[in-house]
Amino acid sequence: MSRADAASPRVSVPLTARGANETPKPQPQSFASRAGEPQRTAPLSVIVGTLSSLQSALVPAAAAAFGTGIAGPGILIGLLVGVVIAGLGTVFSYIRWKRLTYTIGVQDIRVESGVLSRSARSVPYERIQDVSLEQKLLPRLLGLVAVKFETGAGGADDLSLTYLSETEGERLRELVRERRDDAESNARADAEASEPERSAEVEASENLFSMGPSRLFTYGVFEFSLAVFAVAAGLLQYLDSFFDIEVWDVDFWRDLAEEQGGWIFDLSAYGQALGAFAGLFLVVLIGSATGMFRTFSREWGFRLERTPRGFRRRRGLFTRTDVVMPVHRVQGLTIATRFIRYRFGWHSLRFVSLAQDAGSSSHVVAPFAKLTELDPIVAAAGFQRPNDNAEWHRATIAYRNVSILWDVSFFLLGALIAGIATAVYAPEWMGLAVAIPLALGAANAVVGFLSWRFKRHALDANQIVAVAGFLAPAMQVATRVKLHSVEIAQGPFARVFGYATLHLGMAGGEFAIPGIPAERAQEVRARILDTIAETDFSQLESQRLVQAA
Amino acid sequence: MDSASISVSSDPVSPAPAVSASISTVAQGDAGLTKLDPAYKTALRISVTLTAIPFVVGAFVAEAALASAGEGGWPLPFGVLIGIVVFLALAFIIRLPGRRWQARGYAMGEDRLRVVRGILWRSDTIVPFGRIQHIDVDQGPIERALGIATLTLHTAGNHNASVPLPGLRHEIATEMREDIRQRIKRDSL
Repeated sequence: MSRADAASPRVSVPLTARGANETPKPQPQSFASRAGEPQRTAPLSVIVGTLSSLQSALVPAAAAAFGTGIAGPGILIGLLVGVVIAGLGTVFSYIRWKRLTYTIGVQDIRVESGVLSRSARSVPYERIQDVSLEQKLLPRLLGLVAVKFETGAGGADDLSLTYLSETEGERLRELVRERRDDAESNARADAEASEPERSAEVEASENLFSMGPSRLFTYGVFEFSLAVFAVAAGLLQYLDSFFDIEVWDVDFWRDLAEEQGGWIFDLSAYGQALGAFAGLFLVVLIGSATGMFRTFSREWGFRLERTPRGFRRRRGLFTRTDVVMPVHRVQGLTIATRFIRYRFGWHSLRFVSLAQDAGSSSHVVAPFAKLTELDPIVAAAGFQRPNDNAEWHRATIAYRNVSILWDVSFFLLGALIAGIATAVYAPEWMGLAVAIPLALGAANAVVGFLSWRFKRHALDANQIVAVAGFLAPAMQVATRVKLHSVEIAQGPFARVFGYATLHLGMAGGEFAIPGIPAERAQEVRARILDTIAETDFSQLESQRLVQAA
Repeated sequence: MDSASISVSSDPVSPAPAVSASISTVAQGDAGLTKLDPAYKTALRISVTLTAIPFVVGAFVAEAALASAGEGGWPLPFGVLIGIVVFLALAFIIRLPGRRWQARGYAMGEDRLRVVRGILWRSDTIVPFGRIQHIDVDQGPIERALGIATLTLHTAGNHNASVPLPGLRHEIATEMREDIRQRIKRDSL
């Protein structure tokens, strides 16, 4: 059916005179001349489709080969299955390529796609938040790039073109930026006489933060991960359908232990300890290697620059990404850390914005840095970390006590259920079953008690700052003028004890300050609203001119 | 003009919540709140009744099934399950709408709308007109029969991306929409 569909295009697919001239290398001026008429993505995309379907054909092919007996005709059947899957993948990706066109219009980008049902999507230039380029390993080897247009619609709704040639991608990005700026400057041409951006364009980009191999190594040490064992367990479970191993069968492991245990028992106590130590060492080694590999592959060549267009971040060893985020799109920032790295002064910095970054809503602009290294980035985004004379306010004591009691009540309930269950079925375990939830509840209460001191917020000239966390404090900063609504929420306990939670409407992120006195919540809200009321939303866009100056 | 408004906002010496004109237009307590249209209670009552019907029917079916199952497992006399479900349903139908209505309210300020709701979990939201992305006036079938409507304000924030205000007379809702729309326009000029 797909072949028939491709042969007779019922829908008006603009198969213009370009019929056969799928020129892989576009001429420098061809881009401008072709603007306004539908174009296809790079023909090499089909090969990426073939290669990735080969990749996904591997496992079924292996399954077919092993399933039918690897020694006999199995190998042939396996090969056949692999070839069929790869062939189908190629055909489908060819049809998809054939049926997808994009048009660079005067005011928007239009993408028409679909094999059986056609869909046409149009995105106006001024709605495009930023254009990011991504190169996974395969496309990178072929010199291709995926172009993503972030509109703030989020994740799957965003428009992307896979794949264009590198030059074409770069040029498209430049073109979108120019058109967007034209649209924006036309819109406020009468309001804004001067255009400081135009003169700023010639300025060279300034390096804000980059990570060399030695920094990556330190980062990798802290990224210790045992995820590889989970993957191995998953693989093992997958394999048990091919081999005669029942992963979840206790007898298998007992037999193995008895079989192997014989010679272990023969060893001296010293030898056994040595073996245990070696095993532990191996786990640590593998965990470190995993963390190191993941860190290096994700963050290799990390570079954050301040360009006239905004912040530009490039990173990646196998999958290379190149993201540009305009300064005025930054809604707020988060400085976070983790338990151990905090002891050594390492922090991460994220920008909150409507654009998406690898599935998360905020952009990591410095994943592993000292606070002094973060300050220039924070300043470049128009923010500042609260200084020493900031006026901090805490949550109420009543909030602390209520939340501790509330948490503990769950552990008590757990202890009660565990106690009753063990009393009925296994009385000898009752003590332990009750003690564990109680101990966890007590630990929870202690952490809740201690962390209260570290949960605080402050207002400064134009920001609101909230800090929380005792073992790994995290800081959230938002510009008050960029907030969209303020809500004071009170549950039944909060009303009795006179505290409230303040929810701030931030574009692209959550910002809540729990447990502050009700009067303080009213005061903070009044001050935020006074700041907001002075600037209309439509003026927020032109704020960036002030920030850039 | 932007820089001027920013320098005002970044005035570092204003310590306390100076009661400005814009705050006084929206009172902080529940005093200055406008109540919703009483027809909102009727609308709630109808929708709660519609929700309760399947539960009551389910209770009858379950009771009948258990009774016919014989003297095996069901220890309670006939009608207890039905009684509980019907009692709860009546309580929700009679009591809840009035209390909900009592708990809700709104206040139109010079440049902001305040929406208060919730019986046990109180929520008090203020949306500045300058941050509203678009405004909806919706009417479901029940609302339409009663001549009321829901006004929904949409913002760009993740929290409170849409703030609904139900139980307004349809004319008032459209009037408020026009009012807010004009103020947005005036503010941005």
